Amino acid sequence: MKKNNKKFLSGGLGQLTIPLIAIALLFIFNLIRDPGFFSIGISHNNDGNAVLAGNLISIINGASELAVLAMGMTLVTAACGGQDISVGAAAAIAGSVFVKVLKSGSGISGGTVLLAFVAACIVAMLFGTFNGVLVAVFKIQPMIATLILYTCGRSIAYWINGGATPTVSSHIITAIGSFIPGIPIPTPVLIVALVAILFKLLFHFTSLELFTQSVGINGSAARLNGINSTFIKLLSFIILGVCVAVAGTIGVSRLSLINHETLLLDVEMDTILAVAIGGNSLGGGKFKISGSIIGAYVIQMLTTTLYAMKVSSTDVKAYKAIVIVLLVVIGSPVVKQRFGKLLERISSKKKITVKGAEE
Amino acid sequence: MKNPFGKRKEPLTDTQLLMTITIGIFVVMYILAMTLLGGGFLHAQQIFDMLNDNASLIIVSCGLTIVMIGGGIDISVGAVTSLVVMSCVLYLNNGGNVFVSILLALGIGLAFGLVQGFLISYLEIQPFIVTLAGMFFARGMTTILSVNPQKVDHAAFAKVRDTQIVIPWLGYTAKNGNLVPARIELGVIVALICVAFIFVLLKYLRLGRNFYAMGGNQTSALMLGINVKRTRFFSYILSGLLSGISGFVFMMHTGAGNATNAAGMEMNAIASSIIGGTLLTGGVGNVIGTFFGTMTLTTIKKIVVSSGLNDPWWQSITTGGMLCFFILLQSVVLGRRSKKKKS
Repeated sequence: MKKNNKKFLSGGLGQLTIPLIAIALLFIFNLIRDPGFFSIGISHNNDGNAVLAGNLISIINGASELAVLAMGMTLVTAACGGQDISVGAAAAIAGSVFVKVLKSGSGISGGTVLLAFVAACIVAMLFGTFNGVLVAVFKIQPMIATLILYTCGRSIAYWINGGATPTVSSHIITAIGSFIPGIPIPTPVLIVALVAILFKLLFHFTSLELFTQSVGINGSAARLNGINSTFIKLLSFIILGVCVAVAGTIGVSRLSLINHETLLLDVEMDTILAVAIGGNSLGGGKFKISGSIIGAYVIQMLTTTLYAMKVSSTDVKAYKAIVIVLLVVIGSPVVKQRFGKLLERISSKKKITVKGAEE
Repeated sequence: MKNPFGKRKEPLTDTQLLMTITIGIFVVMYILAMTLLGGGFLHAQQIFDMLNDNASLIIVSCGLTIVMIGGGIDISVGAVTSLVVMSCVLYLNNGGNVFVSILLALGIGLAFGLVQGFLISYLEIQPFIVTLAGMFFARGMTTILSVNPQKVDHAAFAKVRDTQIVIPWLGYTAKNGNLVPARIELGVIVALICVAFIFVLLKYLRLGRNFYAMGGNQTSALMLGINVKRTRFFSYILSGLLSGISGFVFMMHTGAGNATNAAGMEMNAIASSIIGGTLLTGGVGNVIGTFFGTMTLTTIKKIVVSSGLNDPWWQSITTGGMLCFFILLQSVVLGRRSKKKKS
């Protein structure tokens, strides 16, 4: 029993314990509150396609941008020991470029959408490189380095848009943002799955995961072992750039318009939170991308639960903060240690009483 | 080589060097603005306006400087300011008195400082996450209190708000021949007192020196017998208290509570501290530098506006560019120094 306790506390599942507990608690809470919360039905959307509908679907769908960004952010966090706070602003820029290229052509076909996405990717990777050079070459703390783009990113997006909020209307964009005809699963969910598989393949066929961890744990030791830590850090920012472009494209496609002020607003904070809830150390080093993805779904599930409880969208933040504090307090090393000691004391006391009874 | 003055001159420390650069750039920029743009920059009122508008930002930046010197970060400051403004406005409108509202402002700030400080220093949770939660909580509470903007309607408060220090001889003659005297708001005096107090604290008091020691190297600080946990706790309490004061000053300036008050103030405060030469890694920084950091940031914005770049995006883009310039400059300067030390 004692061993089980210890194993459970130190995390039989490793760093995934906290996010899984959080998701389980949210499930139980919702089950008690309203079992209908989990019902999934099939409805018909405006185009007459049969699509899945329900709270669970909207949670998984709504967390798509966050999940994609969290994957990239995990890599940056692990390699650099700091976070990129400019992802929201960079996504606004990528979205603006996406719309700008779409609008420049005469009509919107599959080819132009692909071209626009590639352009958005390139621009986002360039901004990623800018951040990456500041962090890796000039050795500036990631938060400070990305503060520059955070300050001016949304204004750059506004400038690209020419001081307006242009709209795009095309069935292809709608398909990316909501449903592809004939497939009942929301497209953003499929995109998340695709990105996750790409990450898995990347880690499977290259040594990027090992290299990133070693750079994050001790940069100079990694360099002495022949790992180019500058390049690894730069690469993590460029990969995050791709994630930013994907998230920006999904965000634009959902609404079929680009609003530089509101597109993925405050997403940087949620992304960092997802990484932290996923059990990754914000100081760099070992990481698990799956943890961050679960973290993203925890945040979205929390938000959706609060909405279902009729909490207004502006007030959600306050309740979210309380849950976050509870989660990090449970996950804090000091609390874990104290709790472990307490359990040990209780179990040892039990033994004494049993012994007394035998005598 | 023998020094002709006999006594060897002490080299500048990192803190002093970065601060000197900031003050130098601020002075050069202001003189350039005076000569090239003229206009409002030639009147003393321009500087007072900059101070009047940014008194609360200066106070918040002071708190953030302390936390950053100690090696931490506090991003809840802007949200706490906004919460304090909203609570005080509602309290005053429901027939409160001014003195109690000051206590209320300090109390809210102190409460945030205590809780966040406890979680960070005694439970060892990452400061970014804790203060992020604090920011969410304060912003959420502000909208729970009131979504609509609230205007203060309180006679005694209006008296305090409208108290200004008028200096006739620094004024200028307007086009119609009237003398416009220079005006300074009460909030500026509060801000300057805060700067002076924090300066003395950091320079001469044990607690202040402990902040530097803790931020420079936590393990060595511990070995020197410094109670690191308590020191860190105090740094967040001070930051929380200053956010409370800043909230009251903000209210004295605007006279109204709004859910979007002080939006993005935390990032402006971080930028001010960085421009002023505080390093996020801890151990290096100075509150006088932070003061000039805020002034530099404001001057850039004023210059952009008065040089005719009226499109709404130029202000943030130039601010970002300026920030980039300062960050790179610091990185290069500090990099060269550490190389010199090694050789």
